[in-house]
Amino acid sequence: MNFSCGRGAMSITSSSAAWKPADAVADQFPAGLRVLVVDDDPTCLMILEKMLRTCLYEVTKCNRAETALSILRENKNGFDVVISDVHMPDMDGFKLLEHIGLEMDLPVIMMSADDGKHVVMKGVTHGACDYLIKPVRIEALKNIWQHVVRKRKNEWKEFEQSGSVEEGDRQLKQSEDADYSSSANEGNWRGSKKRKDDEEETDERDDTSTLKKPRVVWSVELHQQFVAAVNQLGIDKAVPKKILEMMNVPGLTRENVASHLQKYRLYLRRLSGVSQHQSNLNPPFISPQGATFGPLSSLNGLDLQALAATGQLPTQSLARLQAAGLGRPTAKSSIPMTLVDQRNTFSFENPKLRFGGQQQQHMNNKQQINLLHGIPTNMEPKQLDNLQHSGQSIGNMNMQVASHGAQNNQNNSLLMQMGQPQSRGQVLGDTTVSQSPGHPSSMGQPILSNGMAANFASRNGIPENIGGPSYNTVSQASSTLNLPLNFPMNHASELPGNSFPLESTPGISSFSSKGVFQDVSSEIKGSVGFMLGYDIFNDLNQHKTQSWELQNVGMTFDAPQHSSSLQDDLHIMQSVSVQQGSTVQMNGHNRSAAIASKAMFSAGDIKEHGNAQNVNQHLNNLVDNARRVKSERIYDTSPANLFPDHFGQEDLMSALLKQQDGIGPTENEFDFDGYSIDNIPV
Amino acid sequence: MNRNRLQHQVACMRKSLFDQGYLDEPFIQLEELQDDANPNFVQEIVTLFYTDSARLIQNIEHALNSRPIDFNKLDDYMHQFKGSSSSIGAKKVTNECTVFREYCSAENAEGCIRSFQQVKQEYAILRRKLEVYLQMVGQAAVSQTA
Repeated sequence: MNFSCGRGAMSITSSSAAWKPADAVADQFPAGLRVLVVDDDPTCLMILEKMLRTCLYEVTKCNRAETALSILRENKNGFDVVISDVHMPDMDGFKLLEHIGLEMDLPVIMMSADDGKHVVMKGVTHGACDYLIKPVRIEALKNIWQHVVRKRKNEWKEFEQSGSVEEGDRQLKQSEDADYSSSANEGNWRGSKKRKDDEEETDERDDTSTLKKPRVVWSVELHQQFVAAVNQLGIDKAVPKKILEMMNVPGLTRENVASHLQKYRLYLRRLSGVSQHQSNLNPPFISPQGATFGPLSSLNGLDLQALAATGQLPTQSLARLQAAGLGRPTAKSSIPMTLVDQRNTFSFENPKLRFGGQQQQHMNNKQQINLLHGIPTNMEPKQLDNLQHSGQSIGNMNMQVASHGAQNNQNNSLLMQMGQPQSRGQVLGDTTVSQSPGHPSSMGQPILSNGMAANFASRNGIPENIGGPSYNTVSQASSTLNLPLNFPMNHASELPGNSFPLESTPGISSFSSKGVFQDVSSEIKGSVGFMLGYDIFNDLNQHKTQSWELQNVGMTFDAPQHSSSLQDDLHIMQSVSVQQGSTVQMNGHNRSAAIASKAMFSAGDIKEHGNAQNVNQHLNNLVDNARRVKSERIYDTSPANLFPDHFGQEDLMSALLKQQDGIGPTENEFDFDGYSIDNIPV
Repeated sequence: MNRNRLQHQVACMRKSLFDQGYLDEPFIQLEELQDDANPNFVQEIVTLFYTDSARLIQNIEHALNSRPIDFNKLDDYMHQFKGSSSSIGAKKVTNECTVFREYCSAENAEGCIRSFQQVKQEYAILRRKLEVYLQMVGQAAVSQTA
């Protein structure tokens, strides 16, 4: 395998492409775009390299995923975009995608000769910003720069968001409202959401308006500190605030931690979920009574644990969720529609909660703990290693940026740009910055979601009372964001209650971020992604604001958007970039929400857990809505759409459903039948 | 004259390769990628393709001969082979690969064996034709510079 670092790959300045902030980038851009192309097929690799060179990009090629990762790790900020094949011998392309998203947060384009909807969907859910079908035409490569720009722009947006939350929120709200007006079943939900937005908006503003959060780079050390804090606190208690306190890192905000926590959870989830994917696939839809929460609970527990671990699931939330699970609707137990929109996966855990609360609670508690360790035996060490590893790779440049403090200003943006993995973004950043003056991106790694998103199946726990009333809870301040934990249903089966609580956490703040179907396909296969409730988070402290103002963020994302024609680019439709974008927009806090919003709908979960009255209703609603919506809507970044996630969820739902249809045997599980949980006793 | 005739022959052969469905659009992309910086780009790619194909064909043979047949692996190899052949625009070969994969997913050993014969045949034919064609192209290029 031969790979040659593109010239200037290591340093910004050495590039002959004028990636200098001061220059009118437009002229030369996208020339000099630093691309890393990974493909085990030597013929394809060579052709791609030549094509990319013809596009005036700086190309580095390699034929193994592992090599690609090490190249990326060694050259932090050395690349702008990664193009990777799906089928590779040493590592699955999607896995590579996740890693990159986790560690470097670069836009990743997948390619394959396989154009099956299933695989393409997988790319989407794993956070790929585009999916090219082989044989790849040079025309397709000419446009890849848009993903880079989009991502940067979104990051800026997020940052900007934090700086001008109120405005953004307002705008988002407007667009959101507009969007809602056209969808059915919005009713309560919308109302709730609005209220919630209001609350969040205010809170958020207080929190962040004066805080300019530079993008945080989770270096190895930082991540280790984070993990240590999480472990020390314990899954149940690992909430961002406490983690932050324990870490005691100057300049780090709770939002940063929260967002990182989300990703971490997703990652954990993915690690454990994959292995359990198969086993828990078909947990019978638990009947209200006594269903064996065992299998379901595992999932829930996992989620809960993960959530707890990430500190997003405060005990109280958990308790609340459990209570909800018990069938006692709590004020905040419903999973906000927004969560769903955000494409969170519905965590069927909610349904589970409905059953036997006591038991659940019990289970929750135990399971959470057990699960955490249990699941994952395969998960923890691995993910920790990975995370740490990734942490290392996550450059320190961001830290530099972070250290520059909150000064929102050009400096920050510049710094951030430099600090960010994609330092190349300077040009972009500059331009963006100028648009959004001095708003350092608050997102440390917003796009972790790329890979992380894949991991984080945002589970929007669908609260039991997903029904109308549940939506109301959405509005509650506590917006737990749907933790994008992508726990496969397998897990879910074990955690009946656990997961539910998460989901029921009130106030899942409407994350406007569009959830990503992380692994929708895998979910469909039976791993029910449950939506972890970032709800829990929300619940936790968030009443105020934990601003999962993703919603706001999401909204602002679209609303203010300038223009960029890039946004209008259809590619957005096709890729999860939107999602990324929305994620990015959020500040750390939001980011996690965004990630959360990437929850996956796991119809299976619902079915399994059977708890689903609310869930069902919710799902049904979503489904209905989703059906109405073209699957593309999911990626619709048009301002009108941003609306937060509501739409996304629906779209996601529909996409998910469609996906389900297309997917083999597993689909059955997610059959709509599952949704018609009419018989599920609340 | 020689040059013109050569060029004419090249053009004719090229046309027939496309008309008869041996080559497809991606091959044109390869040709367009060839430039002064890479004057032998097409030849290089095709050579790479031969090498890689030989390896894949061997793997597939081996997999087909083993008992029990590992269809997943077979599909994997064929997926790769299909990927690279489609990248250079080897239309007929790619089509045969698709047929093979269908048998493979149906776990039809017989069908796989039979269709693999077709794959190999198409591959052999294409290779021969391409070698002739590219040789002519090379000669025409040389004659041009002469």
